[in-house]
Amino acid sequence: MNQSEKGRKSSVGKILIYVLLAIASLCSLFPFYWMFVMATRPSSAYNSIPPTIVPGNLLVENFKKVLDHIDFFQAMWNSFLVCSIVTIVVLFISSLAGFAFAKFNFRGKNIFFTAILLTMIIPPQLGLIPQYFLISKVGLLDTLPGVMILFFLNPLGIFLMRQYISGSVPDELIEAAKLDGCSNFKIYRSIVLPIILPAFATLGIIVFSAAWGEFLWQFTVLRDPEKYTIQVALAQLSNTQNVDFGMILSGVFWATVPLLIIFLLFNRLFISSITDGSVK
Amino acid sequence: MISGYLYIAPFFIIFAVIGLYPVLFSIFLGFQKWNGLSPMTFVGFANFKIVLTDPLFWKSVYNTIVIGLMGTAPQLVFGIIFAYLLNLAFLKLKNFFRVTIFLPYITSMVAVALIFSVLFSDHESSLANYVLSLAGLDPVNWSSSEWGTKIAISIMVFWRWVGYNTIIYLAGIQSIPNDLYEAATIDGANKFQQLLHITMPMLKPFIVLTVFTSTVGALQLFSEPTVFLGNSAFTRDEAMTIVMYLYRDAFKLQSFGTASATAIILLVLITAFAAINTFLTSGMGRKRGGNK
Repeated sequence: MNQSEKGRKSSVGKILIYVLLAIASLCSLFPFYWMFVMATRPSSAYNSIPPTIVPGNLLVENFKKVLDHIDFFQAMWNSFLVCSIVTIVVLFISSLAGFAFAKFNFRGKNIFFTAILLTMIIPPQLGLIPQYFLISKVGLLDTLPGVMILFFLNPLGIFLMRQYISGSVPDELIEAAKLDGCSNFKIYRSIVLPIILPAFATLGIIVFSAAWGEFLWQFTVLRDPEKYTIQVALAQLSNTQNVDFGMILSGVFWATVPLLIIFLLFNRLFISSITDGSVK
Repeated sequence: MISGYLYIAPFFIIFAVIGLYPVLFSIFLGFQKWNGLSPMTFVGFANFKIVLTDPLFWKSVYNTIVIGLMGTAPQLVFGIIFAYLLNLAFLKLKNFFRVTIFLPYITSMVAVALIFSVLFSDHESSLANYVLSLAGLDPVNWSSSEWGTKIAISIMVFWRWVGYNTIIYLAGIQSIPNDLYEAATIDGANKFQQLLHITMPMLKPFIVLTVFTSTVGALQLFSEPTVFLGNSAFTRDEAMTIVMYLYRDAFKLQSFGTASATAIILLVLITAFAAINTFLTSGMGRKRGGNK
C-alpha cells in the first residue's frame, strides 16, 4: 500500500467518524427540538403527515393551557426550594463527616465508614412503605419537608468529601491551627471549608440534580396540587381527559429550558461531577 | 476524639430514623397482613407465596429484565464506542459532541417520558410510526402492545443514559497512561490491536462499575414506564415493572404486606443480579489475556 492510498483510506475513516458522531448528536438533540416544535403547535400536530418539523405560533397559548391545569410556577418554586435546602443540608452533613473521617482518629472509624458505604446498596424502594407511614405519622405527608427529609441521607456525599479533604487539606495546617488553640469546629469553618469549596460545587450539582429529577418518592408523598414539585406536576399533564400534546410538551419545555441554560453555562462542571462521583 | 463521633452523628441519626428503621419495618411488614388501617395480623410466609404465585408478578419480572437488557446493554457498547471516538487526537468539535451526547442525561426522567410518549404515541401517523412507514413497516401500538411498549421504553432509557456512560468511559480512557500506546506502536501494534489489548483491559474497572450501576438501575425502573403510560400505567401489564407492581400493591390496592414482601424479593433479585453481572464482567478477558 503506497502512501497516498493510505492517506485516502484514513481520511475516509475520519469522515466516517464525523458522520457517526454527527448522527449521534442529532439523535441526542432531536427530541429536544421536537419538544420545542410541539410546544408551539396545536395538539393535532403530533400526527400530521408529513411530520411537523418547523415551529408554529402557539408557544404562549400552549403555556397558558399548562397554567390552567397545573400551578407551574408554584411547582417550579417548590422543586427549587426542596433541592436548595436538601443541597445545603447534605453539603453540611457530608463535609462535617468527611472531615472527621479524613482527619480525626477515633475508635471504630473504619467500621463506621464501611457502614456508610454499605448503606449505598440498599434499594430506595425497600423502605418506601414504612417511610410513607413514618412521614404521615409525624404529620409531614403532603409537605415539602416530608419530601426533603429522605434526600438528606446521602452516603456518596460523605465518601466524596472524605476523599477530597484527605487529598487537599494538609495535615500540617490542621496541626498548626490546633497549636494555636483552634477548636475542631473553628478548623472546619476557617480552614477546611474554604479549601473544599470546589468540591462543594461538584457535590452540590450531584445532589441538586438528583433531587430535582427524583420521582417515586415525590409522587408518593405529594397529593395536594399546591405542594406538587415540578416532576409530579408535569406527570399530571398527561392524566387529563382529551390529552393535549401541545400543552404537555409546552409544560415540559418550560420546565426543561432553565436546566438546559444552566447546563450549557456550566457543562464542564456538570460533566466532571459525573466522573468525580463515580470514578474516584 | 469526641468530636469525631459528633461530626459523623448527623448521618447516623438520620439513617437510623429514615433508613434503617424503614428497612427493618419493611422486613417485619413482609410477614404481616395489613391494609394500613386495621391492626396487622401475622401471616408467616403467606405474602411471599401470594406474590410468587401471582402471574402478574412474574410478568413484571420478565418485563423488567427484557426492558433492562434492551435498554441498558446497548448503552454500554455504544458508550465505549462513543468514548473511544471522542478521545481521538485529531477530532475537532470534541466538546460539542461531548455536550450533545450528554445532554439527555440532564433532563428529568418525567420530562423524557413525556416527550417520548408523544414521539411514540399510538396514533398510526405518530412520528415513530411515520418513520416505520418510510421503511414500509406497519404502525405499532407503542403504549398498548407487548413489544411496542417495551421497545419504546428501552429506546427512552437508552437515549437518556448513553451519554452518562460515555462520560464515565471517557474518563476511564483518559486515565490510561500514554506510554502504553507509545510502546505498543513501537512494537508494531495497529490501532485495533491497541483498542483490544490496551484500552479494553484498562477500561475494565469502569466497565464493571457501569455494569453494576446499570443492573441496579434497570431493576429499579419505575418513573419511565409510569409516566410514559400515564392513565393506563397500573391497569395494563405490558410494561409493568417490579417496582410498579410493588407500588400498585401498596398504594392502589392497600395491600402493604404483599408490597413489602415484593420489596424484599426485589432486594434479593438486585443483590443476585448485581453480584452475577459484576462477577461475569470482572472475569471477562481473564482467560484470554492473563491481565490482572
